Amino acid sequence: MSEKINITINGMPVEVEQGKTILEAADQSGVIIPSLCYHKDLCVAGNCRVCVVEVVGQKRLSAACATPCEEGMEIRTNSLNVRNSRKHIIELLLSEHNADCTRCYKNGNCELQNLASEYKIMSQDFIPLAPQKKYTIDMFSPSIIKDNSKCIRCQRCVRTCAELQGVNALTVAFKGDEMKITTFFEKAMNDVVCTNCGQCINHCPTGALVERNYIEEVWEAIANPNLHVVVQTAPAVRVGLGEELGMQPGTRVTGKMVAALKRLGFDSVLDTDFTADLTIIEEGHELLSRLKKALVDKDKSVKLPMATSCSPGWIKYIEHMYPEYLENLSTCKSPQQMFGALVKTYYAKARKLSPDKIISVSIMPCTAKKFEANRPEMHDSGYRDVDYVLTTRELAIMIKQAGIDFYKLEDAKFDRLMGESSGAGVIFGATGGVMEAALRTVYAVVTGRDVPFENLDITPVRGMEGVREASIKIENPQPEWAFLDGVELRCAVAHGLVNAKKVMDDVAAGKSNFHFIEIMACPGGCLGGGGQPIPTSPEIRQKRAEAIYAEDAGMPIRKSHENPEILKIYEDFLIKPLGEKSHHLLHTHYVGRNRF
Amino acid sequence: MAFESYQLKRADFIFKNENDWEKILSRTLSRPPQEIINELMSSELKGRGGAGFPTGLKWKLTAEESASVKYVICNADEGEPGTFKDREILSLVPYKVLVAMAVCGYVIGAANGFIYLRGEYKYLVPELNKAIKEFEYYCKEINHNFNISIFLGSGAYICGEETALFDSMEGKRGEPRNKPPYPTSSGYMGKPTVINNVETLAHTFTIFKYGAKKFYDLGVQYSRGSKLFSVSGDTPKPGIYELELGMSLQDFVEEFGDGDTKAVQVGGASGFLVPRKKFAETAIGYKGKLTGISLPTGGSMMLFNSSRSMYNVLDNYLEFFKEESCGQCTPCRVGCQQLYSGIKAVKRGEKPAQYLDKLLKLTETMQLTAKCGLGQSVANSFSSIVENFREEMIY
Ligand SMILES: Cc1cc2nc3c(=O)[nH]c(=O)nc-3n(C[C@H](O)[C@H](O)[C@H](O)COP(=O)(O)O)c2cc1C
Ligand code: SF4
Ligand code: SF4
Ligand code: SF4
Ligand code: SF4
Ligand code: FES
Repeated sequence: MSEKINITINGMPVEVEQGKTILEAADQSGVIIPSLCYHKDLCVAGNCRVCVVEVVGQKRLSAACATPCEEGMEIRTNSLNVRNSRKHIIELLLSEHNADCTRCYKNGNCELQNLASEYKIMSQDFIPLAPQKKYTIDMFSPSIIKDNSKCIRCQRCVRTCAELQGVNALTVAFKGDEMKITTFFEKAMNDVVCTNCGQCINHCPTGALVERNYIEEVWEAIANPNLHVVVQTAPAVRVGLGEELGMQPGTRVTGKMVAALKRLGFDSVLDTDFTADLTIIEEGHELLSRLKKALVDKDKSVKLPMATSCSPGWIKYIEHMYPEYLENLSTCKSPQQMFGALVKTYYAKARKLSPDKIISVSIMPCTAKKFEANRPEMHDSGYRDVDYVLTTRELAIMIKQAGIDFYKLEDAKFDRLMGESSGAGVIFGATGGVMEAALRTVYAVVTGRDVPFENLDITPVRGMEGVREASIKIENPQPEWAFLDGVELRCAVAHGLVNAKKVMDDVAAGKSNFHFIEIMACPGGCLGGGGQPIPTSPEIRQKRAEAIYAEDAGMPIRKSHENPEILKIYEDFLIKPLGEKSHHLLHTHYVGRNRF
Repeated sequence: MAFESYQLKRADFIFKNENDWEKILSRTLSRPPQEIINELMSSELKGRGGAGFPTGLKWKLTAEESASVKYVICNADEGEPGTFKDREILSLVPYKVLVAMAVCGYVIGAANGFIYLRGEYKYLVPELNKAIKEFEYYCKEINHNFNISIFLGSGAYICGEETALFDSMEGKRGEPRNKPPYPTSSGYMGKPTVINNVETLAHTFTIFKYGAKKFYDLGVQYSRGSKLFSVSGDTPKPGIYELELGMSLQDFVEEFGDGDTKAVQVGGASGFLVPRKKFAETAIGYKGKLTGISLPTGGSMMLFNSSRSMYNVLDNYLEFFKEESCGQCTPCRVGCQQLYSGIKAVKRGEKPAQYLDKLLKLTETMQLTAKCGLGQSVANSFSSIVENFREEMIY
């Protein structure tokens, strides 16, 4: 227990734990202090200065986010001095800013705009500096647009990229009036180590970093009567979309989401969870085949641990940072890309459609998936497998544009053929979910029994700890898997690339003895993805995770290999896991990249 | 208490070299640390690098920290335009600084010291290293363990600010940190650190040698001892002078002016401009008895005669600040640009004269809210120039 100290905030006595900042103390006592550079996920920077407050007896104002409380402190958050200073600071930020709100993608969800609105900055006393600045917009990336004219230099993105992702693609360069956020040698985001994870977008308070949106392209496709537009929805979208449309974080809206997509005019509304299940079958068998080669054939060339490959941010990260470990990656495509390849083959055939008349759209919690869909190798169907990737946020925009009252929608069901999924597919959206889903299936394949966890909930791999480890002992396997008898299957789960780095450094140092590792680029897994609702915070991600697990618990089928549509696709089309068709459509390869 | 004279009095301690550093070092190291701290405290020596923090107290606070690793850093970044007193000290009497660092290490419990040397002073490195080598050799001889290394600065003015300096030494971009924590508890590498200006350290040598009283007897109340001044501008005798603190500016101008001095900028760009009519009532010190002038930076004294435009002077300072701000915090980064563009707009008639009052208000906000001393002190020169020479700003 840490010690308590007593302070007053605006005359009100408050008891806080020693070490808490003024901002935290205010927050706990219901006093709102505006902030911009502060973010719960990040280290304190204390650079925007909008959080300044008066500490009685001190000559200068103090940044509430950066000042620890001290016994007896008398804090004033709304004195004339404070208000005037704050207003000045907001005015200064605006004077340097291309405050063209009506043409801004963040219009309506912008922390700077909110502050300007709260403080009613109506006049423009200061000289507009933005026109003199040679601001640039970087639109080269398929995932991210970086518009320096909207940047307030709070460095949240820089801290995000360094502290959460360990990528350091963004840095501060130059000083004084030329200080700006940029990349290595001021290259385009597309030409540097950036993984397109979009975490910087989620943490940017303004419109300086936003996703590249494909809303108009999708509207056009929908409007074209000659095209059959298929949409797939990733697991985490169903626990984020409601939030983006004004509901509480963690609201599950699967049925409403499907209904809305149908109303938007998509010809078929299908589920990425289906290919999540398919991934489990393919990846599970891949793991077993690697284990067999390693344990039975004593084949030294087999790479273990095998790492999951469903997070394209993680893929690009390992391609840049650990190119010598690409063979450790599962060759499975991400569920999105498996889906894309199948839509223009399996689905087209079954529905008697010409693949060149199909547009495949995916709704993802992720901006890296936009990059992934754009990778040159993702044309295994003979066409571009996924044509457009929209984030949860873009879908919400379309729903609003279409005049759909989301709250009033009746639940609808996914269409057939690639719309059925298991609870295992759903939990792909949370960190540890792929591991849990894989274990449910692998254990069952090997032993013929369910995993030895109550309700199939493999709790050791759940949670928000950055790196989690678990092991599961295999006993009494089926004869075919006798070589696994008594083997302890060792697994690790990491989320956020900074944690991926920890795991990979251990692998590189030979300190790791895992068989299987799951890595998700984003904090919390896809539910905290770069395309999810803004703001994000540990509490919000926790709520979304609870929703994901509740969704899983409520599913009639909980294991990927029991999904009837999965059984059907193997029967009718793929024949067997890791078979020839799978190899062609569902698996891929990776490329080494440099570290800049 | 002694009669306080406010007269200009020369002093000669800093550069006086009696080649006795070995003796002073071993003698001082034989005293208990607490006694050395007391000696420094009673001398009332204040930091000569910026904030004027009492040096004895700084050492005491750091000594009281329980960490096992601590550091001593000599701030030789000397970025203030037109000042080169620290360079002179390091060239002429480097041993005084090295002795002071070692004593500081002894007092606070640090085995390593660094000299953060301004990049442009790179040419001093060979000589300094030679001195350090000899110094360390002597330390070994008397069984005192203390190492000193030189760290070359990056050339950014802001890296002279102590916490930006630590960041820069740690290989990061030099940006001032939040305080607290202060360097005394968390400085370089997060360890308790004493960071002192070159001149401050050199004065401690004087105190170790002659005792606190000798130092205390110089100067006036709140401003004890002598100080190096870099005299420049419209003066027949530019250069570095050691003067007792507390002299009146009138005396100073009589000594150094060219007979036509219109104003003196005391303390460089972050200091104050004092117009002729206030010379007599201004004393140079930390808490001047007369007007309350402080010496915010390294002792730069720039004289201006009546041929100078105060608008140009201010314009220069603001250009300096807008470029040398590290750029991280809003009030300083944007404030400096607004002040810079603002006075131009007034001069050109694009903004009314009253706009200057708006800018004065802005400098108050900068003073109240900027993250470090740079942004906080822009108000000094701005308000003292605008208030005293308002007509020059407009016409
Ligand atoms: C913008 C800025 C620049 C500074 N530059 C220097 C410098 O070049 N040299 C220096 O000794 N102190 C400089 N300082 C002051 C230091 O932060 C620090 O207060 C000083 O080194 C402490 O030493 P002292 O107590 O001996 O004065 C600067 C401060 C600021 C805010
Ligand atoms: S970033 Fe915010 S304040 Fe700036 S233009 Fe966009 S909405 Fe407006
Ligand atoms: S998208 Fe991710 S990797 Fe790229 S700059 Fe942003 S945070 Fe860094
Ligand atoms: S891009 Fe966004 S997060 Fe980064 S510094 Fe600018 S405003 Fe802040
Ligand atoms: S006041 Fe200026 S120099 Fe200091 S931290 Fe802020 S921007 Fe940087
Ligand atoms: S929120 Fe405290 S300084 Fe930015």
